Amino acid sequence: MIDSQIPVIQDKEHDKEKELEMLKGLKTVGEITAPNPRMTCRNVNVYYSGVQAIFGVSLDIAGNEVIAMIGPSGCGKSTFLRCLNRMNDTIEGCRVEGEITLDSENIYGSKIDVVPLRAQVGIVFQKPNPFPKSIYENVAYGPKIHGLTQNKAELDEIVERSLIKAGLWGEVKDRMDKPGTGLSGGQQQRLCIARTIAVSPEVILMDEPCSALDPIATAKIEDLIDELREQYSIVIVTHSMQQASRVSQRTAYFHLGYLVEVGPTPQIFTKPRHRLTEDYITGRFG
Amino acid sequence: MNRVAVNETISVMKPKRAIETVSKGLRKRYRAERRFRMLGLAAVIASLLFLTIMFISIFGNGYTAFFQTYVKLNVYFDPETLREDTLARADYPGLVKKTMRAMFPEVQGRRDKRNLYKLVSSEAAFQLRAMVLRNPDIIGQEIPVWVPADDDIDMLMKGHIRRDVPESERRLNDKQLAWLDRLSADDRIQTRFNWTFIRSGDSREPELAGILGAAVGSFLTLLVTLLLSFPIGVAAAVYLEELAPKNRWTDLIEVNINNLAAVPSIVFGLLGLAVFLNFFGLPRSAPLVGGLVLTLMTFPTIIIASRAALQSVPPSIREAALGIGASKMQMIVHHVLPLALPGILTGTIIGMARALGETAPLLMIGMVAFIVDVPQGFNDPSTALPVQIFLWADSPERAFVEKTSAAIIVLLGFLITMNAAAVMLRKKYERRW
Ligand SMILES: Nc1ncnc2c1ncn2[C@@H]1O[C@H](COP(=O)(O)OP(=O)(O)OP(=O)(O)O)[C@@H](O)[C@H]1O
Ligand SMILES: [Mg+2]
Repeated sequence: MIDSQIPVIQDKEHDKEKELEMLKGLKTVGEITAPNPRMTCRNVNVYYSGVQAIFGVSLDIAGNEVIAMIGPSGCGKSTFLRCLNRMNDTIEGCRVEGEITLDSENIYGSKIDVVPLRAQVGIVFQKPNPFPKSIYENVAYGPKIHGLTQNKAELDEIVERSLIKAGLWGEVKDRMDKPGTGLSGGQQQRLCIARTIAVSPEVILMDEPCSALDPIATAKIEDLIDELREQYSIVIVTHSMQQASRVSQRTAYFHLGYLVEVGPTPQIFTKPRHRLTEDYITGRFG
Repeated sequence: MNRVAVNETISVMKPKRAIETVSKGLRKRYRAERRFRMLGLAAVIASLLFLTIMFISIFGNGYTAFFQTYVKLNVYFDPETLREDTLARADYPGLVKKTMRAMFPEVQGRRDKRNLYKLVSSEAAFQLRAMVLRNPDIIGQEIPVWVPADDDIDMLMKGHIRRDVPESERRLNDKQLAWLDRLSADDRIQTRFNWTFIRSGDSREPELAGILGAAVGSFLTLLVTLLLSFPIGVAAAVYLEELAPKNRWTDLIEVNINNLAAVPSIVFGLLGLAVFLNFFGLPRSAPLVGGLVLTLMTFPTIIIASRAALQSVPPSIREAALGIGASKMQMIVHHVLPLALPGILTGTIIGMARALGETAPLLMIGMVAFIVDVPQGFNDPSTALPVQIFLWADSPERAFVEKTSAAIIVLLGFLITMNAAAVMLRKKYERRW
């Protein structure tokens, strides 16, 4: 009984190596370019302490679109997402190769300062992480440090506008000085979204923003994403294929660090062209 | 093939058998838990017991030092001895003696007279002098004055010298006892709160020795320590934790900081002697040097505590700050440091409390000298509380025994205040996330 388990594990390892071998040189199926790209990624490789996690990914992110990233756990969705605003810089031993541009400027260029970059490419994390400060302070922090406002009235207005957009204003307008950490999980996540949009980024990265939320909060955030699309480009990582099909226009399927297939969302979910994509969305693994 | 293996595993593990095994082990588990709880409780009780014994013995020995026996003398400020032109240099000890003789006219013989004079402290003469200088109008009047009794009298009144032993084994002879009894009968003996102990520096006379010199010395020393070790410690911790690359050099630094924290404090004293006194020529016995030496000892502790506090700030807060475009410095100053502050402050106060109780390094830089004056600045010679305890514990007079315990009470008072401050700061700034 125990004996039979060892080959199982070995098999898996072997499988992964074999699969990586098979994937070598894989060319992404589908149209990676977009007509009016906000961001472009070309041949992106990411290494964690020398171990490669992303293999030659090329992808455009268009203006005013929501692009969903799906794939099995550990396939590199978060890693790729974090490349787009250089959050990977903060990880010890992480190295990024290739070219990523924002509005035709290489964000890994030597002239680029990460501070304004992150003001332009905002990020919402999987786990809500409000600052342990008041709700107001949470939203006002970004505009404050970037000097976006001249006076308190303007700041108040940005805070209110951001909270309204994030669909949280009604719930918190009477307790703006209460700590943001005292909100419910779903409210915290919307607070984090409000905090991100308060600095008016051009692109918003969302790493499984709804994974800790109930269906009602999830629906609220999905509605919000839909609205935000009018002004921003949104890259969303999700494990829910229903969510991907509800909110996104394009979908990218990642597998073991490779971008296997990308295309219009309806096509990916109804007529996937790559076998791996088909296996994943039909639930054969992952 | 994998599927098959998994199915097999499940079918072999019948749920009924599992729960039986669990129940069998349960009693044993609970017993182990009870045992562990008893052990813990016993440990807590034992430590509380020792603490209580220590407090009781120290307070029992020491509280009497906060009281002092006073004797009422009817002093005739004789215009004969107190000439206007030499008021400051007049023979005040003689005035005290004359007063005593007047109160006990029957005492004759040099020996007895000397014993009579020994009833009051030598402070009495200074007290009379101060009275006269403050108000020369009292010359020519007879005024009742309360003066401190000699330490032996004080000890007798507090019951530390026994009357029922043979005269030859007593520090006070039978005649002295008789005089005392007469003074008592005349309501001329009183026990009062000992302001001298709180308001003055050290003295050779136990009834005049006070704690203030040592307390101020400790305060100045700790102030130097705090002003140096807190910024150095926090800055070093922030640099190592947040800014420095993690490589072999920073590992080496970390190991050495831990080593530094473990070095016996006397070594820092020797270092201070060699560097601050002999090389830089700073003054001996000065709180400045004491503070420098204690800084060497304290800042590794603060670094270690601050690093632990910084590490405990969740990375999600850092990511949140960086994610909306805060610079690294903004992230640290606005978010990480405020969250780490309770831990940093606790570590600092614990380090300071340790520095407060430190004796050995101060001995090496001369803060062990007999110093009467209360220090006025960082370069004045001074002692510190633990050193004062050491000095008094070493004195032969019986009266210094209670002073020693009283000094320990004062030191413990400072320590408890500091630790309470640490707890309160932690409570105040504690945030949940
Ligand atoms: N900080 C890190 N250090 C080393 N390896 C990492 C690190 N973060 C991720 N990896 C590795 O990189 C690969 C991709 O991880 P990533 O977190 O991007 O996956 P993911 O697609 O987001 O998975 P999930 O859906 O579970 O969030 C994984 O093999 C993971 O082990
Ligand atoms: Mg992820």
